[in-house]
Amino acid sequence: MKPGFRQSMAWLHTWSGLLVGWVLFAVFLTGTAAYLRPEISLWMRPELEVTRPGPDIAPRLMEAMARLAPSSQSWTIGMPTARDPVARVFWRDPQAPNRRGSRDAALHPVTGEVLTARATRGGEFFYRFHFDLHYMSPIVARWIVSACAMFMLVAIISGIITHRRIFADFFTFRPGKGQRSWLDGHAVAAVLALPYHLMITYTGLVTLMFLTMPWGAQLAYKGDRAAMNADIFGNAPVTRPAGRPAPLVEIGPLVEEAARRWEGGSVGRITVQNPGDARATIQLVRQDSERISFNPQSLLFDGTTGVLISATGEAALPAAETRGVMYGLHVGRFAGPLLRGLFLLSGLAGSVMVATGCVLWAVRTRQQAEKRGRVGFGTRLVEHLNIAAIAGLPVAMATFFWANRLLPAQMEGRAEWEIHLFFAAWGLCLLHPLLRSGRRAWVEQLGLGALLFALLPVLNFVITRRHLGVTLAEGDWIRAGFDLGLLALGAALGAVALLVAQHERTRPGTRRRATAPLATAEAAE
Amino acid sequence: MRLPPWTGILSRSVAAILGGYLLASLVAACCALGLALPRAEAVMTGAMLAFAVQAGAVVYVFAVRSVWRAWAGLALPAALLGGLLWLLQFGGAA
Repeated sequence: MKPGFRQSMAWLHTWSGLLVGWVLFAVFLTGTAAYLRPEISLWMRPELEVTRPGPDIAPRLMEAMARLAPSSQSWTIGMPTARDPVARVFWRDPQAPNRRGSRDAALHPVTGEVLTARATRGGEFFYRFHFDLHYMSPIVARWIVSACAMFMLVAIISGIITHRRIFADFFTFRPGKGQRSWLDGHAVAAVLALPYHLMITYTGLVTLMFLTMPWGAQLAYKGDRAAMNADIFGNAPVTRPAGRPAPLVEIGPLVEEAARRWEGGSVGRITVQNPGDARATIQLVRQDSERISFNPQSLLFDGTTGVLISATGEAALPAAETRGVMYGLHVGRFAGPLLRGLFLLSGLAGSVMVATGCVLWAVRTRQQAEKRGRVGFGTRLVEHLNIAAIAGLPVAMATFFWANRLLPAQMEGRAEWEIHLFFAAWGLCLLHPLLRSGRRAWVEQLGLGALLFALLPVLNFVITRRHLGVTLAEGDWIRAGFDLGLLALGAALGAVALLVAQHERTRPGTRRRATAPLATAEAAE
Repeated sequence: MRLPPWTGILSRSVAAILGGYLLASLVAACCALGLALPRAEAVMTGAMLAFAVQAGAVVYVFAVRSVWRAWAGLALPAALLGGLLWLLQFGGAA
């Protein structure tokens, strides 16, 4: 290979990674948290009891919907599962205060009674944020995140080309050696989970491809969106009500038929159109954790006679199935506890890879700059943003959980305020390095994040009755596991903070500390 | 490390981002119209391939020795695919 080629690839790797590194880190870390979306949602609603779903829960839930929303055009029932042990239901209501014109509730998994819990977005917030960001149009956000993912893909490919010794680097870590250690750490985090990084980046692009790469669909379907949606997504056409009342068919036999057709598979979601009308339909969608492919298997029944109208997802064609599997791999809902754990660790490795890459750039550039005797604005800006993006995000995430526990349960706009406080904490982390030298700011933000995470289980002891003493004894493994995970996160962040602090103490004078604020550096440029 | 002057970097960046996206879109469009598959299959095959094309185009643009070669290497396949797309859209029906 020509040395010039490897050099240009090293250059491409550095810049494609650095330019979007901060967004990538946020997307990676919140996306990793989204693997625990139902667990986070449950932890953030300590009011909810964990009960095993009853055996004949579907009829109970249909009765509950008939009471809750007798005149609604459509109902959607998310069936309770082991991971998310309450039924989540939605129904159309044009009078609802939100923009979508829908209302929602959580129902008891045995009795179908409405459960009340504090208002919160729960794990849904991290899931949404990792591709919709916040305070902006979701379409714009998805373009931004997709563009960053393409930079990431380029950074991964050029990184692989740059690396001569992928296998050897796997076993190489030289700690306490400044730039060398950061480079080793970066390579280990990258190489250790390399197939995962490539998979998650490419499949992430594929999940948004109808937005970012719509040209083929537009030409082939000549703008006929309805035909495209029917072809590609198998969306059932919306039926208008007949205006004649007719009772809904019993749900039990339909669920049994679904289990027969899916060879023991279970129903994950029930959607009823025009309930109580002569043109009612009932759609049963298979539980998405039972298959890798995200292409839903579903059955559409006539809602008054129970006759099967159509079935989707039983014989997917190759490209559709490829997309379905890519999508399914990205969201990872098929993964059992062990594989989910590996996905989580790989996601964390990806976050570490991005973070160490950004830090490596700053360390290397500062060394070069100090040899020249002048540290430029660009270096300081990257150092500053690294602190806020990498150490600040955990502080913001922990603040989100603290807000969940401390905001009054009946507060107006409570769910939104949890999110505002998340961004307020992150914003303060962006200002904080203006007042502190680089290393101090790192240590303080990492240390604050460590404390906030580690004290959350303690806070649970003080203000909720879902603390470790209860959850461990009752076998509430979801909440107990999450509390233990928070302690582990706190310990990990604390360890990193200690390492950075010790590094500062044991090697004074090896590196001039950034004491001048940004403004003077800019003036010196 | 030898860095190209900033004009070269800018030119290559435009080629990589816009040119790469154009080339990827042309591949997606040609697949959607040209592959002998059901319509939805052809559309999705093209769109899924497109991201690999763009990533490859970016690597190519920054790998070649000269800026001119970078642009030419994108323009040539883009022109061919553009012609093919024209044929697929208007040639077949005539």
